[in-house]
Amino acid sequence: MRRSIPAAAAMFGVAAALVLTGCTTDPSVTEPGDGEETPAEEVEWFDQALFDEQMAQMETTPEGPDGQPYLQYIDPEMIDTSAYVSEGAKKGCFANASIGNPWRQTGWITMNEQLKVLQEQGVISELETRDAQDSDDTQIADIDYFIEEGNCDFFIISPNSTAAMTPAVERACDTGKPVIVFDRGVQTDCYTTFIHPIGGFAWGIASANFLIDNLEEGDKVVALRILPGVDVLEQRWAAAERLFDEAGIDAVDYFTGADPAEIKSIISDELAKGDVAGVWMDAGDGAVAAIEAFEDAGVDYPVMTGEDELSFLRKWDETGLTGLGTVYSNFQWRTPLLAAQKIFAGEEIPKEWVLPQAPITSDELSEALAANEGMPDGHYARFGGEDLPGYPTIWQERQIP
Amino acid sequence: MSSIAPTAGRRIGDVALTLISPRGAVFLLLALLLVAIAVLNPNFTEPGQFMRFIQRVAPIAIVAIGQYFVIVSGEFDLSMGSLITAQVVIAGNLIGQDDSRSVPVLLLMLGFGVLVGIANGLLTTLLKVPSFIVTLGMMLALRGGVLFWTGGAATGNPADGFRQIGRGGIQDVPVLDYIPYSVIILAVLIAAAVWFAKRPFGRSIIAVGDNAVTARYAGVRVWWVKTAAFIISSLSATVAGVLLVGYAGVHPSVGLGYEFTAITAVVLGGVVLGGGRGWVVAAVAGAFALEALFTLLNFADVPSTMRTSIQGAIIIAAVAYSAVTFGRRRRERAPQTSPGTGKEPDRIEPVSPASARPTPDGTHTSNGG
Repeated sequence: MRRSIPAAAAMFGVAAALVLTGCTTDPSVTEPGDGEETPAEEVEWFDQALFDEQMAQMETTPEGPDGQPYLQYIDPEMIDTSAYVSEGAKKGCFANASIGNPWRQTGWITMNEQLKVLQEQGVISELETRDAQDSDDTQIADIDYFIEEGNCDFFIISPNSTAAMTPAVERACDTGKPVIVFDRGVQTDCYTTFIHPIGGFAWGIASANFLIDNLEEGDKVVALRILPGVDVLEQRWAAAERLFDEAGIDAVDYFTGADPAEIKSIISDELAKGDVAGVWMDAGDGAVAAIEAFEDAGVDYPVMTGEDELSFLRKWDETGLTGLGTVYSNFQWRTPLLAAQKIFAGEEIPKEWVLPQAPITSDELSEALAANEGMPDGHYARFGGEDLPGYPTIWQERQIP
Repeated sequence: MSSIAPTAGRRIGDVALTLISPRGAVFLLLALLLVAIAVLNPNFTEPGQFMRFIQRVAPIAIVAIGQYFVIVSGEFDLSMGSLITAQVVIAGNLIGQDDSRSVPVLLLMLGFGVLVGIANGLLTTLLKVPSFIVTLGMMLALRGGVLFWTGGAATGNPADGFRQIGRGGIQDVPVLDYIPYSVIILAVLIAAAVWFAKRPFGRSIIAVGDNAVTARYAGVRVWWVKTAAFIISSLSATVAGVLLVGYAGVHPSVGLGYEFTAITAVVLGGVVLGGGRGWVVAAVAGAFALEALFTLLNFADVPSTMRTSIQGAIIIAAVAYSAVTFGRRRRERAPQTSPGTGKEPDRIEPVSPASARPTPDGTHTSNGG
């Protein structure tokens, strides 16, 4: 009798584990084209109004100075900043989510070069920066520190996550000083201006439409996703998944953590299963490993959408595959400092500053590569710092400030 | 497993018994997984495809071999994953596009691996800090060093010549079609590990894990034996790093979670946490079973959000199976002393099954978004 207790306990434990995962091991319920579990995901992240708005913004010609995309804006609702007009160099306080990926590093370098220019012009005295290293708690503490003891004339906040950072941003707003939010958003509009490229849905629309245009109905697309739960990344996939569905493309998605070993294994398994006609990525990190998996298997290159990261652009150029470099405009890192300059000068700025965001097409590839010659693989072609004094050495050496 | 007069029928019976015994459970699991994969996708049985599968498992299997020696000596090595990352980044940054630097940098990497192993071993044995803490600290120190060096982002890949070790192979081989270099390296290392485990020194590693006091009275230098086990594990992480930089390329997420995957593989192979019992080949089989499980889920079109949980549940089930069946067998023949090989597990604990594959920890989002 007693003997059976551990066995029963173990079986119960396993059963509980399976129930907890809310899943079944029966593969038949996960057939492609199922209407069962995908809508749950779409309900959560797909937002028809935002989708339509970003689709429209992609078609809109941005306003603002030619050749300076970091100062352009789409559909602006301009606000009056005359209340902030003030002479002299100002001290900025920057609460940064992290510099833990190549995209953020590139932007951070560009921002520092922009800062030098504004310091020379006597607009900004210094920019005190705290790096939250991807932690909500740290960033909340950073913002509160700035409010209490930072002696800041204005705040720049690049939120780590949307909901968690909202109260801290509101506290910064309560100081009455300009608050500039950029990149990821917050759930309040107390900020002076919120700067971001068009957005995740625009990414998903551009990349999915490219694959749909270059593939046939019923073709297989492997979607490589970094991780779940980050709104901008989820929006990219939500838009793409919707469009693939409508076009009859057979898309299967994986989470990779941007680990190239994992990406390679996933693609190899998919190739062992059958032809893979396209690869879709929610971020370009790891694109090279995905392409190499096709080389190692000795099959034709897929139609592929990566990012404007140079490692992908170079591999794309080398292999001559049919590709698209989707862009999440890196030059947005310049804009917050320039916005601060405008605010203290009393110039009108958009309340929501939507920067242009356009992918790199095969026609623009050689031009993009030529403009970024000598840049390291982790550099982003649309970094927008070509007219800054440190160009190109600073970015080539890639010393993280 | 102690048959005296084996007839053919008896032998088959023994094999069957071994397979359902905890010692053989991992081989049974592996066989079941491979059959399931082959059913879902017959292409898998083609020699070329199968070789590529082994190529992919090679790094984690090699890490499992290293972890086996540390665990069987009664310790843990949590620093292996971070060491792999560090070695991958070293290779990427120091070799660059210059093939001629391959050999010096390779030597440097091996030297660095030995140093990490010595540090882990001496801190554990001489300063008597539990290895769980020492290697956890080493894991954080190495990860921090990599972050400091790279800022957490990928740098360029090293020269293609160096990457061939992990990526290339011998083409157009009769029967097998294709033999990746990493498969050869894995085969050599398994043979070396089996041989080493049977040597007096290898046996003293197991003896130290079984009972350090007895081993010391028997004339074993415990501090040196354990330190050697840590050096072996650091060197195996280094070799895995060399293979991974070829197979995958340079990225700070390469190696992430490998220490837990390796511990899971070792436990799945019936090796006892706490030391003294276990077979190195079973640990390697554990690594193969984990990767086969991953591949099976890929072939079975399991939704991405459920993969990790299903993997965890299957691993718990497998480990629970061996724990339960062994518990029963042990009670049935309680008075028996431990068999000559001393490799039968008597208790098995699941370790962090959810980490069987490196899971993204959110620090590598490519875009700020």
